[in-house]
Amino acid sequence: MTEPLIYELSSPGRVAVTLPEPDVPLSDMPAGLVREDLPLPELSEVDVVRHFVRLSQLNYGVDIGLYPLGSCTMKYNPKLNEDAARLTGFAFSHPLQDPETAQGNLALMYSLQEWLKEIGGFAGVSLQPAAGAHGELTGILIIRAYHQDRGDSNRTKILIPDSAHGTNPASTTMSGMEVIEIPSDERGNIDLAALKEQCDECVAGLMLTNPNTLGLFEEHVKEVIDLIHGCGGLVYGDGANMNALLGIVRPGDLGIDVLHYNLHKTFSTPHGGGGPGSGPVGAAEHLVNFLPGPVVGIVEEGDDEQPPLYGLVKPAKSIGRVKAFQGHFGVIVRAYAYMRMQGKSGLRAVSDYAVLNANYLRVKLRDTYTVPFDRICMHEFVAEGHWADAPDIHALDIAKRLMDYGFHPPTNYFPLIVPEALMIEPTETESLRSLDSFVEAMIAIAREAHEDPDLLHGAPHDAPVGRLDEVLAARQLVLCCKPVEVE
Amino acid sequence: MAYIPHTEDERQQMLAAIGVERIDDLYEAVPADFRFPDLDLPEPLSEMEVMDELMALSEANLEVRHVSSFLGAGAYNHFIPSVVDHILRRNEFYTAYTPYQPEISQGTLQSIFEYQSLMCELTGMEVSNASHYDGATALAEAVILALNHHRGKRSKVVLSPTIHPQYRQVVRTYTQGMGLTLTGDEDCENGVDELKALLDEDTTLVAVQYPDFLGNLEDFTALGEAAHAVGALFCVVVNPLALGMLKPPAEFGADVVVGEGQPLGIPVSYGGPYVGIFTTQEKYVRKMAGRLVGETVDVEGKRGYVLTLTPREQHIRREKATSNICTNQGLMALAAVVYLSMMGKHGLRKVAELCYHKAHYAAKRIDELEGYSVWNKKPFFHEFVVQCPRPVAEINEGLLDIDILGGYDLSEEYPQLKDHMLVAVTEMLSKEEIDDFVDALKELSHD
Repeated sequence: MTEPLIYELSSPGRVAVTLPEPDVPLSDMPAGLVREDLPLPELSEVDVVRHFVRLSQLNYGVDIGLYPLGSCTMKYNPKLNEDAARLTGFAFSHPLQDPETAQGNLALMYSLQEWLKEIGGFAGVSLQPAAGAHGELTGILIIRAYHQDRGDSNRTKILIPDSAHGTNPASTTMSGMEVIEIPSDERGNIDLAALKEQCDECVAGLMLTNPNTLGLFEEHVKEVIDLIHGCGGLVYGDGANMNALLGIVRPGDLGIDVLHYNLHKTFSTPHGGGGPGSGPVGAAEHLVNFLPGPVVGIVEEGDDEQPPLYGLVKPAKSIGRVKAFQGHFGVIVRAYAYMRMQGKSGLRAVSDYAVLNANYLRVKLRDTYTVPFDRICMHEFVAEGHWADAPDIHALDIAKRLMDYGFHPPTNYFPLIVPEALMIEPTETESLRSLDSFVEAMIAIAREAHEDPDLLHGAPHDAPVGRLDEVLAARQLVLCCKPVEVE
Repeated sequence: MAYIPHTEDERQQMLAAIGVERIDDLYEAVPADFRFPDLDLPEPLSEMEVMDELMALSEANLEVRHVSSFLGAGAYNHFIPSVVDHILRRNEFYTAYTPYQPEISQGTLQSIFEYQSLMCELTGMEVSNASHYDGATALAEAVILALNHHRGKRSKVVLSPTIHPQYRQVVRTYTQGMGLTLTGDEDCENGVDELKALLDEDTTLVAVQYPDFLGNLEDFTALGEAAHAVGALFCVVVNPLALGMLKPPAEFGADVVVGEGQPLGIPVSYGGPYVGIFTTQEKYVRKMAGRLVGETVDVEGKRGYVLTLTPREQHIRREKATSNICTNQGLMALAAVVYLSMMGKHGLRKVAELCYHKAHYAAKRIDELEGYSVWNKKPFFHEFVVQCPRPVAEINEGLLDIDILGGYDLSEEYPQLKDHMLVAVTEMLSKEEIDDFVDALKELSHD
């Protein structure tokens, strides 16, 4: 099933939108600056609607079924959030209007800042970063600015465990600092001996994902953090896996100095087919002044009669803006709605059931699939997608075959430290029935892998398209369609 | 326990399968001293209560659609056809992840491919990525592309002072650890000649905005040529809606064209989420950051789309990646595609021209007022600077009393433009609203 490109549906002279005629006298057009041709498609409204509805039907989403994509936290996206972000006072307020006329927005942002501080154990939060990777860059720039501010410019090393997301080293490079990789030990923790070797006066910091990308809580987390602090470095927490920690432990209490949250993972805002996300950053007391600004502050205290007056405040030693305006406000509204629905007890339940679901899948699958670090996991775990007695089958084949069973595949080939990795994160919003049907599918696929491997090699059989030629796509780059010439 | 489906029985059954008694037993690896903090957070509310609270917060804001808004400065109130949001609300689009599994993500992939195509048409460039966070971060990524192109051997970036002030701030934030010299924007009157004088063999990129932050339009061909003469790349920051009528920057010799896609069907939404446009020439494609969708075929030869050139990206190249960017603004890029499909060839031009004519009508009338004058000496698109007889903040306060949201006060970002207001006029304003604005300015010309 394929859908024509928007240009292929175009017919000269067709119009979808009606617009008013000018009600003012016309002015001369700017000489030499007017374009001759504007090659956009010409369609009717029905054409446009049907085209995009048909395209949507080629997608799989959380509303269709289980989406156990490890490290992505594909939980259900509440419909309330969508309605909330579209309330007209939110959707149609201008980022540069006087803060006194945007008190609803600022009060909402202030509350979310306060709650995120409390959840993470931090002294300040900036909602400005647009995504997780953006929050990481922010955090690393804060660490750099902190050392610079103390006049210590020799600290240029950032230590990163080998199980970390690829964004960690890439963010570090963007900050102008150097990446030092730290290996994992046989229990999936950071190798303490290897870490000690690197701890010196050149360490700016460590980037720690905890739970790590194997879904395991770092068993020596305090030792790791103390070692880094002991040599004068700071610890950056990658909060991608916060879904396991709500009300369980606060990263700030463990000594993490700065951390990003993913509102699009932990706080249920939709992933949108690859964005928009939101990656607020929390900072401990000694880093609060370096946060990107502006943040929302109280500029005039309230009393019994009057609410406080909120304003936009730039932290004293701010690293600067990381994006225009106030962050992904529409995403922030969705996360606020979610926080209000969950409250204190609901957030704790989120982590409890996320961890319960992951461990349930782990024990149900471990007799069929190798789980290389088989201990109690947090919100996700990693299995190996291959068997010694079915050598032609790879994680990719299992992933593709899962589509035929109506599931989105787990993350595959990550983390890099597990061969043929299948990284499985069910999230708390999946029911026991949904988990059991996934287990059944995984076990059936394991059987097929041994009995009829070609069935897997040819998968998916029931998707809108078969396996796509990625080599061809990269070799003969076709990155946009040229307008179709109509006779 | 909102959105958690488990019953008590199911929970017991699952705990038994795992072999633990209580959920708390799953947290043994968490240091006991720090386990289960008592969080100071509010208790849960029902959906009905949450909606009431959100409505109260929403209603505490001024809405650009309830007043006559002349405020732009990088975020513009345009008409958005109903179709756009109906498509964005398709759960198959908004509840999907980044399309790593192309066989079940063709909807996202093809719509991004169409987005890339439309961005190329608008800007006249050869390739577009799947988008960045916003216009500001897209500009920062343009700087990084240039640095990579010159393999880190050049360290000077020339920025026009009439690039959006917040975009320039973001570039400075991004590059603070890179040891670069950022120059050109020290004086707000620095024009093409002053920028040209700064170009040298160490310059990696020169960037201008079109229409610029103060509304001006000019042909940058000479600046592009001067940049190329010293081997520097030339970047133009655009308003994509203006390109509905204006000559595309590719005709000025641009190597990179970036911009804020918000005017294309995205509400002002207190500053985000928007969509950062990033386009360039094919020869720079491997240095470009961000997701990229390419056309290919499946095993049966059927046309399909995949993420391509991924070896540039962080999850494979890690510290050697072109950037750390991992997502694009998928759903916002979709909004832009649906908007452009609805507007089409004629609609986009018409919207751009409506903005142009209305803005020029407003400017002409304001320029006739005593005490006010239009500062712009060059052609402009839909935004212009008005020199006012009083501080802009005072005038805006008076305007707000009669439900007019005045323009942007330039005094803070451009000290030389004290008492200058940046006025934006879009198709959303009627002649009557413009006339009322002019009358109000007249009234407010003195205390």
